[in-house]
Amino acid sequence: MYLLNALKFSQKNLLANKTRSFLTILGIIIGVASVIIIMAIGNSAQRLILKQVEGIGSNLIAVTPGASKENGPPASIYGIVIKTLTNDDLETIKKSESIQGLSAIAGYNNGTVSVSRKNRDENLSLIGTTSSYLEIADTKISQGRFFSEKDDRSLDKIVVLGHTIAKDFFGNENPINQKIKIKKYYFRVIGVLEEEGTSAFGALNQNDSVLIPLKTAQKLILGVNYLNFIRIKIANPNQINLAKKQITQILRAEHDIDDPSKDDFAIKDQAMALKTLEKVTDIIRYFLLAVASVSLLVGGIGIMNIMLISVNQRIKEVGLRKSIGANNKDILTQFLIEAIFVSLIGGLIGILLGFIISFLIFIVVNYLGYDWEFLISIFSIVVAVVISVTVGIIFGVYPARKASRISPMEALHYE
Amino acid sequence: MKQPKLIQIKNLAKTYNNDGVETKALKNATFEIEPGEFIAIMGPSGSGKSTLMQMLGFLDKQTAGDYFFKGKNVKNYSDDELSDIRNQEVGFVFQAFNLLPRTSVYENVELPLLYNTQKNNKKENNLKIDNALKAVGLEHRVDHLSNQISGGQKQRVAIARALVNNPSIIFADEPTGNLDSKSGEAIMKIFEKLNKAGKTIILVTHEESIAEYARRIIQVGDGKITKDQRI
Repeated sequence: MYLLNALKFSQKNLLANKTRSFLTILGIIIGVASVIIIMAIGNSAQRLILKQVEGIGSNLIAVTPGASKENGPPASIYGIVIKTLTNDDLETIKKSESIQGLSAIAGYNNGTVSVSRKNRDENLSLIGTTSSYLEIADTKISQGRFFSEKDDRSLDKIVVLGHTIAKDFFGNENPINQKIKIKKYYFRVIGVLEEEGTSAFGALNQNDSVLIPLKTAQKLILGVNYLNFIRIKIANPNQINLAKKQITQILRAEHDIDDPSKDDFAIKDQAMALKTLEKVTDIIRYFLLAVASVSLLVGGIGIMNIMLISVNQRIKEVGLRKSIGANNKDILTQFLIEAIFVSLIGGLIGILLGFIISFLIFIVVNYLGYDWEFLISIFSIVVAVVISVTVGIIFGVYPARKASRISPMEALHYE
Repeated sequence: MKQPKLIQIKNLAKTYNNDGVETKALKNATFEIEPGEFIAIMGPSGSGKSTLMQMLGFLDKQTAGDYFFKGKNVKNYSDDELSDIRNQEVGFVFQAFNLLPRTSVYENVELPLLYNTQKNNKKENNLKIDNALKAVGLEHRVDHLSNQISGGQKQRVAIARALVNNPSIIFADEPTGNLDSKSGEAIMKIFEKLNKAGKTIILVTHEESIAEYARRIIQVGDGKITKDQRI
């Protein structure tokens, strides 16, 4: 009964000063909306990133040169060139019959090269790889053919173009069997890859790449005799751990390593990479959330400010209420409920606004071609409501206490 | 056994302390009030009459002396108990009406019932509000907002609000001060009627014509009771 009446009075007071109430609530609306939006964007971006990594294949094992911690990045990320992974390693793993469920294996050499034809000249990403690439990258050819196993052993100057490159350099012409210049050599186009969804990582985007046979890339273009990495596809994800152990043993034998701490290679699977990525993106999400929370704090101070003014303006009302029997607790409760009411309304409008803006972002980002999901977690809504009520209580207590301590006699004589 | 007096004050005094400057607003007030009296406390402004009323109405505490209400010393009551006494035993009518703005006549009269700590039901409350509004002749204005009615009507709402918990005493602080003489007269007629029905009325005023309605006049001057006579 009493709570209901306090709510009724709060509503009356809010409506009596519409502009002031709106400005008070605005702080909370913006705060809560930004918390909701940031949590939604954080979730969706994380899903997008993880999905693209998963898209590479969830049953892949990557072998990189140089030792690295289980969950850490490969050593090569620090710009160190490590030459300990070779074509012999690739061949040994490929020929080994002991590896359970091995279904495909490909070696990779990456680089950036100048590609030209007629008047067009661009620096493009080059992937030197072997015939199993299609299966490992889970992609297809839209025109012509891909490298055969015979090409793996040859030094032929043949090239498969990414979808965008084929369009850029050949337009409506059929690129198959035409020549394109990579560095100073003319390459014959044998195929075009099908278009791949837009990726958040430029480096992984095969649409903008040119692919040539591994050995041609090493000898002719890059001038190296080692591999950047090897990717291995295992038929059954359950066999990944076993396969990793077996590959480790093979490579240790190959590299004459007895002490595991002296490994000059690292083996990782997708699950581990995903976990690492998830950890990193989580940190970013929580950081953004903390930033958004600052605006809620500012909103709360706004409430306190307005409540203090309101207490002074309504000092006579407090006096009257006390003279007809309201005790300190009654007055405290009334002003506190008013503060909570204000912040809760702000919270609810903020949730709605956050919802709408997150949805607009979802539409725009999808329109831009990204596979963005609309994710609003119940958790973020609960957090928003809890935060706005807490803000109301914390910043309402001081003005409410001030109001409750007004002496009825002084309040009645206050002009 | 003898019935205790309604109000009994002995050497009641109030000293205000404003930044080290002491002001003796009331000195050694002693008198008794029986149930059913109609008293006017008179005096020029600053004489201490309002201070006296505020202490009698439990709005302020004395700095010296004793106040017995229905035989019990008020000194021993806690703040919450005093709130309950203000709610149950007394009703206030102020010069400036002090109605809640943008609130209906009904809701204004209902207000003291909301602070009633004894559980009461809606039906009983409705009856109490109806009776209070009938007593001041405003039963046809229940749904009007407090800012949509005339000054005289506002003061009648305030009287209904003071009556709704059926208190022993009604305190009225310059109740006609903001009204024209005609509305003022109507308000005084209501107090007269309530007193005839048995209510104790304590009126604070500086107007002779208003004080004439009372049957006992207590004169206050410079913090002291200068005259106490029954008419």
